[in-house]
Amino acid sequence: MKRIYFDHNATTPVQAEVFEAMLPFLRDEWGNPSSIHWAGRAPRKAVEEARDKVCRFLNCSAAELIFTSSGSESDNLAIKGTAFAKKSKGNHIITTKVEHPAVLNTCKYLEREGFEVTYLGVDADGMLSLDELRAAIRPQTILITIMYVNNETGVIFPVDEIGKIAEVHAVTFHTDAVQAAGKLPLDVKLLRCDLLSISGHKLYAPKGVGALYVKKGARLIPLIHGGHHERNRRGGTENVSGIAGLGRACEIAARDMDKETERLGRLKHRLERGLMDRIPHVKLNGHSEKRIANTANLSFEFVEGESLLLNLDMIGIAASSGSACTSGSLEPSHVLVSMGLTPEISHGSVRFSLGRANTEEEVDYLIEKMPPIVERMRGMSPLWNEAEKKGALIDFEKKSC
Amino acid sequence: MNGKKVVVAMSGGVDSSTAAALLKDQGFEVIGMSMQLWDYSERGARDTAGSCCSLDDVYDARRVADTLDIPFYVVNMEEVFSREVVDYFVGSYLKGFTPNPCIKCNDVMKFDVLLRKSMEIGAGYLATGHYARIRREAGACRLLKADDAAKDQSYFLFTMTQDRLKRVLFPLGSLTKDEVRGCAKKFGLGVAEKRESQEICFVEDGHYSDLISTRAGARHASRPGDIVDRLGAPLGSHNGLFRYTIGQRRGLDIKDGQGPYYVVGMDLPANRLIVGKEDELLSRGLLANGVTWITDGPEDGEGVDVKIRYRHEPARAVISRRGNDVRVMFSTPQKSVTPGQAAVFYRGEEVLGGGWIERAIG
Repeated sequence: MKRIYFDHNATTPVQAEVFEAMLPFLRDEWGNPSSIHWAGRAPRKAVEEARDKVCRFLNCSAAELIFTSSGSESDNLAIKGTAFAKKSKGNHIITTKVEHPAVLNTCKYLEREGFEVTYLGVDADGMLSLDELRAAIRPQTILITIMYVNNETGVIFPVDEIGKIAEVHAVTFHTDAVQAAGKLPLDVKLLRCDLLSISGHKLYAPKGVGALYVKKGARLIPLIHGGHHERNRRGGTENVSGIAGLGRACEIAARDMDKETERLGRLKHRLERGLMDRIPHVKLNGHSEKRIANTANLSFEFVEGESLLLNLDMIGIAASSGSACTSGSLEPSHVLVSMGLTPEISHGSVRFSLGRANTEEEVDYLIEKMPPIVERMRGMSPLWNEAEKKGALIDFEKKSC
Repeated sequence: MNGKKVVVAMSGGVDSSTAAALLKDQGFEVIGMSMQLWDYSERGARDTAGSCCSLDDVYDARRVADTLDIPFYVVNMEEVFSREVVDYFVGSYLKGFTPNPCIKCNDVMKFDVLLRKSMEIGAGYLATGHYARIRREAGACRLLKADDAAKDQSYFLFTMTQDRLKRVLFPLGSLTKDEVRGCAKKFGLGVAEKRESQEICFVEDGHYSDLISTRAGARHASRPGDIVDRLGAPLGSHNGLFRYTIGQRRGLDIKDGQGPYYVVGMDLPANRLIVGKEDELLSRGLLANGVTWITDGPEDGEGVDVKIRYRHEPARAVISRRGNDVRVMFSTPQKSVTPGQAAVFYRGEEVLGGGWIERAIG
């Protein structure tokens, strides 16, 4: 069976060059970077070199970067770390209804801890209203946390403008840039953020490594207490190979971004056009322009997106309906619901997120295979009769193992 | 549509796991599916072992699917479950009825929503780990009791229809529980020794009153009232009719020394709980509504066996049909006819159909 991967917003494969960069630290250079002796020297050097690479990618200084275990940890550290550090100054946080669960559920947790959270809505295109944001700011507001790119729709939020607003009101601003990394320039100076999260495995680095940019002077209470790692802000012996991989991945992302963005944009266009031309009643979700190049979120009316995904999986095509949740179940998308889509239409949505290895042939395979599946599913309501003709009737009397 | 492609509803228990293994062994293309029905995350990490459909059980189901090397999917059905099963459950208690959520869950979740999903992904059948049998005859499918009388679950399946039966498989219908465990072991399934699920999956430790108070509002649900005998003489007080079921003896606060007393009825408008002696639990018959028949059903006035709760020895009875209502008169009076439970009609080993008990007669 073919294996076609259109789910790069969920995770990406580790790139060969990244793998090469990691290998020494899984094999020969296994020392602890904190050791003073010979064994620690190469790993220490690798961690700091990787830090420089990530910092170049984000345009920040080495002292402003914390390595973490994931995008979720970066988000948690940014949000809880700030909230707890600034508790005496206020208890109000502003975010949006369409954030990743790592942000939403962290905010919900803080609500139980006595913080107040405003969840800004989005319009039918998935866009925010900056006026609404301005109006939500109060004297007690200590943190604004708003994502750069939405993981489900690919919609881009005007982070630089949000940064300006936060600056004017002297509110700390965090952005979850996990889905933006490698797809849009991430210059923290231009974005005017105080904190920014990225994740390795969305960027062709391995799972288990992420990073958080923390602007010089921003106060943060650590989540993981331990040794003096990461300038006392994140205990735990460094994931040296993962960090080396992340460093290399950032280098490559910066090098190839323009070229890849253009290529993926063309592929995505081919995919969207191809499906929309061949399948009636398809709706594109998310702003038509303010969207990253790799993500296509389409609603197929009159079918369950979930069943559609399973059908695609059975012919080797990997796509998804939103963020993969821990239990691996498929849930109605909080993002699409926030955009005002009816439950029926949001249930019929599928996200295709393209990546480096995808080709025109793969997109064409999808365009060829998908219309009959949708057609069959749409024609299924009086499904019993047809099924009856074809399926052999089977008897189960006394059949043991 | 593929006649060799089967979706198995996998709960993570030994029964549905073995059903999947048996089908795979017989050369079917098996796809495992677990239903996520209830959001446990808000309650923290409570121990949900012993009920079906908890996250642990989904994990077990996934492990079994890995062992069998079959595709496995979790489908989120929380919304429908809450609306169709939990709301029904709460609503029944508030009406003074004793609901049977397992029948509702089979009817709506498994053999409607999940069956439809199975067809949507091109499967020919949906299989479950129920202990019941389907006989496929020319022109009609018949639902039969399981061979293992101790495990028979046909009572929970009376809402089946011809359309559904055609598309459903019960691979365990001819096996005993011991044989099933033996098969599970032979197939190397980690769940072979797992204990049975008995609890209602969305109710914590059997305390359904918490759920009802939360959903319906404590003030409304827990309105205190009198406990009286059939003649209306006060014997004590209760704190919410929904805490009681017909035939219940424990938990009655009556101190007249004349006991034991049993719940024999409820007077909802007056919010009174009616109690009586054991012989007052007997009824000559019942009225059932919402009755459906799997084939044509029995003749008016025909004698059938009727089961009025899951663990009830079927009783001989004569039925008379009026639309979807059925009047059932027992040959010998039966104990604790309970509104809200199902009355299921049998002819020998065959399930003819069933309905919901509206009230006892005499």
